[in-house]
Amino acid sequence: MNRNELFFGVDVGSVSTNLVAMEPTGQVVKKVYLRTEGNPVAAVQKIFTQLGREFAKAKVLGVGVTGSGRQLIGAILGADVVKNEITAHGVAALQAEPKVRTVVEIGGQDSKIIILRDGVAVDFGMNTVCAAGTGSFLDQQANRLNLPVSELGTLALRARHPVRIAGRCSVFAESEMIHKQQMGHRLEDIVAGLCAALVRNYLNNVAKGKEIQPPVLFQGGVAANAGIKKAFEDELGFPVIVPQYYDVMGAWGAALIAREEQVNYQKTSFRGLKFCEEEIKISSFECPDCANRCEVITVMVAGAKISGWGDRCGKWQRINTEATG
Amino acid sequence: MRLTFPHMGLLSIPVETLINGLGHEAVVAPPTNKRTFELGAQFSPEAACLPFKVNLGNFIEALEQGAEGILAAGGTGPCRFGYYAQIQQQILHDLGYKFQLLLLDPPKGRTRELYRALKILLKYRRPDQVVRLVNLAWRKAQWLDRGNKLFRYFLPRSKDQGAAGRCYEEFLAKVRREPLSGQLPLHYRDLSTKLETLATGSSAETILRVKIIGEIYMVLEPRVNFHLETVLGRMGVEVVRPLSISQWVEEHLLGVFFPGHKQRTILLSEPFLPSFVGGHGRETIAELVDAGVNRLDGVIQVLPFTCMPEIVAQSITPEVSKVYGIPVLTLVIDEHSGEVGMMTRLEAFVDLMRRKKAMMREVSN
Repeated sequence: MNRNELFFGVDVGSVSTNLVAMEPTGQVVKKVYLRTEGNPVAAVQKIFTQLGREFAKAKVLGVGVTGSGRQLIGAILGADVVKNEITAHGVAALQAEPKVRTVVEIGGQDSKIIILRDGVAVDFGMNTVCAAGTGSFLDQQANRLNLPVSELGTLALRARHPVRIAGRCSVFAESEMIHKQQMGHRLEDIVAGLCAALVRNYLNNVAKGKEIQPPVLFQGGVAANAGIKKAFEDELGFPVIVPQYYDVMGAWGAALIAREEQVNYQKTSFRGLKFCEEEIKISSFECPDCANRCEVITVMVAGAKISGWGDRCGKWQRINTEATG
Repeated sequence: MRLTFPHMGLLSIPVETLINGLGHEAVVAPPTNKRTFELGAQFSPEAACLPFKVNLGNFIEALEQGAEGILAAGGTGPCRFGYYAQIQQQILHDLGYKFQLLLLDPPKGRTRELYRALKILLKYRRPDQVVRLVNLAWRKAQWLDRGNKLFRYFLPRSKDQGAAGRCYEEFLAKVRREPLSGQLPLHYRDLSTKLETLATGSSAETILRVKIIGEIYMVLEPRVNFHLETVLGRMGVEVVRPLSISQWVEEHLLGVFFPGHKQRTILLSEPFLPSFVGGHGRETIAELVDAGVNRLDGVIQVLPFTCMPEIVAQSITPEVSKVYGIPVLTLVIDEHSGEVGMMTRLEAFVDLMRRKKAMMREVSN
């Protein structure tokens, strides 16, 4: 196997930071899934320090970044492509299953649906005003029940009489779960009820008005939960596929897009693994110069400005470019 | 009287001209900013829509600057906007502000309030002066909308988008100061020349054409829709927008002379939504159908959270989208909406349209 040429894809999400090292053929050679723990820069540094030894000799052809922290991490890494997570997930799903017609993705703080027809995305939806039913809610509940989140799924599968839980609002769902516990319902029935509530909430909210047709790919960290997968299958009435790399689909998609757009950038602008040791400082301030009151972000690496954004007028970005040449 | 009024996109320019010309003094509220949102949200009912909250914030900021009167519009349809002015008046009175409300209710409602407001507004000027002034304000609204349309066309085609934006700002400032309606076309021509020199020869194939529809305030006010049009323009999207101040005046105030707007709306929306649902619900469907027929690349619907007419329209958009094969993105905005989530959706939508367009080209080749 030729591991000398690689593409990297990084997905910096709210809950996890993932990386995929991909061969030019599209084959994943390494995946890393790490909790972000509120510090995306440290998480990415940690991942690349681990990888540094393994891929020290590899030639990096391109780097793609996605996820909510994409802009920041993209600047620090010197990424060639910075893409939104919806496109990244869609591209990875098509690579995993070219016939896919629906992608269900549930991540840490957002959930999405992507509708594809004949190999191209035609519609998508994302949770809008509420984050009920996403991964971080499951996390919280597992915590409250003193269970590792990875065990929720297996526990749910053992349920015999799932209870009905209102899943519209995570706060209300929690009170209802507490209530059901105090009524004496069994834990597995409550957890199964929670899974069903999440799925109902997803279908009535994110997937509202969207036509879910098989094959359906279920990806994102929550796809590890067998209880949720079963609840989806019960509601939809057909099997749901959890792809092999379900937990790093965003990162894989970013790597695939980096490969796809290689013609545009030719040579990668990846800054190399040296950034792992660098001191990275991020500061922000509210620009007082006009009524927009933009929050301007500045990224400093080893005492030098490398990037900044957030200003609508472009003034600070201009100053930054001048500073870096 | 020192008079203020709510902001809505470019509305402040003609209204300021009108108030000052009538012998009053216009107190233009600071452009909608974070504090406006905070003040509005703090004193408004939680479930009121964003335009209500932002306008209330505008009023408070203008009253702080010494406004003595508020000029507001009313309505009679099923949209809650019809009673907003009265509720805002009550809230402001409870907060201890002293001011007069001049309510321009459409003549379909009770005319007494309209008559009273007009009597105060017009008391310093002779009828012929009023006619000349209204004409100037009306021409300003028209040329502003034309200039805006030009800017929307050229922004994605500009070599230097920052410079294009500055040319446009300069045009707005000139129109704002202009006392003669005859000069307005010259400013427009000037803008046009400048934007043309900035244009690249990029092929029409790479530019996406996207129509923005939805609730009029959210569509027209860049400071509440996260500068949607500029953001899209910079992504290489030409924004097509049927709603504008002058279009609204033509349809709602001068409907007798411009019956075409209404006929068009009814004709186009009929197959999907055969009745009036208030606000711009019907226009939303009509314009979506129009975008489908004319094969635009996509449509973005913008509405404030809890907007009833647009929610009705929103439930119909999937059907229209399917019939015409046109992608639709719905953006629901309130004071809690984050810019990051908005950008993610817009980027993803632009990608979706690009990829679809590229595939269509491959197929047709």
